[in-house]
Amino acid sequence: MFMFEKAVTGSRRYWLWLLALAVVIGLGKLAYLYQFSTGLGVTGLSRDVSWGLYIAQFTFLVGIAASAVMVVLPYYLHNFKVFAKITILGEFLAISAVTMCMLFVFVDMGQPTRVLNMILHPTLNSIMFWDFVSLGGYLLLNAVIALVTLDSERKGVAPPGWIKPIILLSIPWAISIHTVTAFLYSGLPGRSLWLTAILAPRFLASAFSSGPALLILLCLAIRRLTKFDPGREAIQKLALIVTYAMIINVFFVGMELFTALYSQIPEHLEHFHYMFFGLEGKTTLVPWMWGSVVLAAVSLPLLIIPQARQNERLLAVACGMVFLSLWSEKGVCLVVCGFVPSPLGAVTGYSPTLPEAAITLGVWAVGALMITVFYKIALSVRESVA
Amino acid sequence: MKITRQGFFWVTGLATLAHAGRKVLAAAAPRRWAMVVDAQKCLRDQGCTKCIQACHRAHNVPQFREPNHQIVWIWKERFERAFASQQSEYTAETFRDKPVLVLCNHCNNPPCVRVCPTRATWKREDGLVMMDWHRCIGCRYCVAACPYGSRSFNWVDPRPHLPVLNTDFPTRTKGVVEKCTFCEERLARGQAPACVEACPDKALVFGDLADQDSEVRKLVRARYTIRRKPELGTQPQIFYIV
Repeated sequence: MFMFEKAVTGSRRYWLWLLALAVVIGLGKLAYLYQFSTGLGVTGLSRDVSWGLYIAQFTFLVGIAASAVMVVLPYYLHNFKVFAKITILGEFLAISAVTMCMLFVFVDMGQPTRVLNMILHPTLNSIMFWDFVSLGGYLLLNAVIALVTLDSERKGVAPPGWIKPIILLSIPWAISIHTVTAFLYSGLPGRSLWLTAILAPRFLASAFSSGPALLILLCLAIRRLTKFDPGREAIQKLALIVTYAMIINVFFVGMELFTALYSQIPEHLEHFHYMFFGLEGKTTLVPWMWGSVVLAAVSLPLLIIPQARQNERLLAVACGMVFLSLWSEKGVCLVVCGFVPSPLGAVTGYSPTLPEAAITLGVWAVGALMITVFYKIALSVRESVA
Repeated sequence: MKITRQGFFWVTGLATLAHAGRKVLAAAAPRRWAMVVDAQKCLRDQGCTKCIQACHRAHNVPQFREPNHQIVWIWKERFERAFASQQSEYTAETFRDKPVLVLCNHCNNPPCVRVCPTRATWKREDGLVMMDWHRCIGCRYCVAACPYGSRSFNWVDPRPHLPVLNTDFPTRTKGVVEKCTFCEERLARGQAPACVEACPDKALVFGDLADQDSEVRKLVRARYTIRRKPELGTQPQIFYIV
């Protein structure tokens, strides 16, 4: 069934890794049970900062999910054969990332047992409803595409013709998931940090740099840990995508800063002030934001200079920096800073609590587990065919 | 003219129907509930919290020592915070720190209603922005959408934190959002909202803006009033005389 038999045979190292992930998931589950019985009061969230780490992770991971399009599009639309080996990796990464997104939204809900109300009372005017639709659809599309193409590969036949239109549909669909996720924020009156038309393009740019950066790191890890080689050229092409997307992302952030700093409208300025310097002595997020800036600034020359990019060791460092920089910006700061100062000018600090961190790590571990198992299946199929 | 028994029944029957019909029509004409807050009157006793107490007691609003978990339906905010865009550095001594009563604005174009994914919050014909605590999934999108900070979330079980229990009004469970409902339950009984009734200085005036002769309509017509953040297009229905 679904080639899962490939996932239950593996080396000692494979099983130890799965065990470690299971332990982290178990701890996260315990923390979640505590949150489920006590309420979201176990987190660091408050009246003023009502979304935090969970929703920020969700936002960041939608980007990782959407980035699969960066391998799918060249391969299926432009017949770029170099990506033949890694397209399936991108699709499985997308499936794992969307699942994490859904889990992060779920653990953020005050009444998780009522989650079906989203379907029982569909509300067309709510962007959250559309986000639910687009994420669910994307998960389904990628699951079908990955399984069908992998199954064909296993049988040594060409994929069935009907899958092609589905693959083509998945391309604009990937763009839609991150656009709609940006609309969650950019359509709110009174939250000036997010009320910007460039939020969706910026989300896409950061997605198309952080996602392929992660994929490069995964490819390098796969090459080291297994017999499978994704190919130097594929990795180099991905690196080029990361480079362009990262440049565009930094450019977009610059646009935001210019508009806020030059117009000097206090409502727009204050959020950036909080982000970079803190307000009223509250500076928890300042190191994260500057960390993001420094990592981005160092990663750019490493990516742009061809000699550095072509050196896979340096490329790995640069990709790690890109990933961490964007995680810190989008997976921590952007969501939280939108709430500070509050619409009433209150500056409320926020730091995640221990249970909150354990739940977050647990969800990440679920994602890592999914990626491990999926990649194991995909690579085993490749090995048995070859 | 001779009145037959049948004719008498017809006439009286039709008259009764017509009377009832007029009543029904009058009731069906959309009302537009609104409030005028006379800040001058409200400031007479700056330590007064009678309206807040009356509201929170009537609606089983819990009280928390932990500020992060605070739940409020109506509260006092410093002028510079309630009206962030309408202050200057010179208003400091006279007005900036003065307390202003704030509550849900029952916006005519409410962003919270627009974003709710389950229609757990919705706007009634008469303008009340309502909350269904049994449908709310606790996603807090409405909290992010409200530009007035008028929505509170139950971070923990609120029931152990009720100073007194009003058995005539529901309590809430953890994980749902709540806010002022303009005393929908009192309006249904023909009573004014609890805060309006509790105010000793008659600083809060409640009524139907759609009615030409209502007190709120007259006040908004005669006096200069301001609203919180009207530039956002939410059309708040709480008017302030400052």
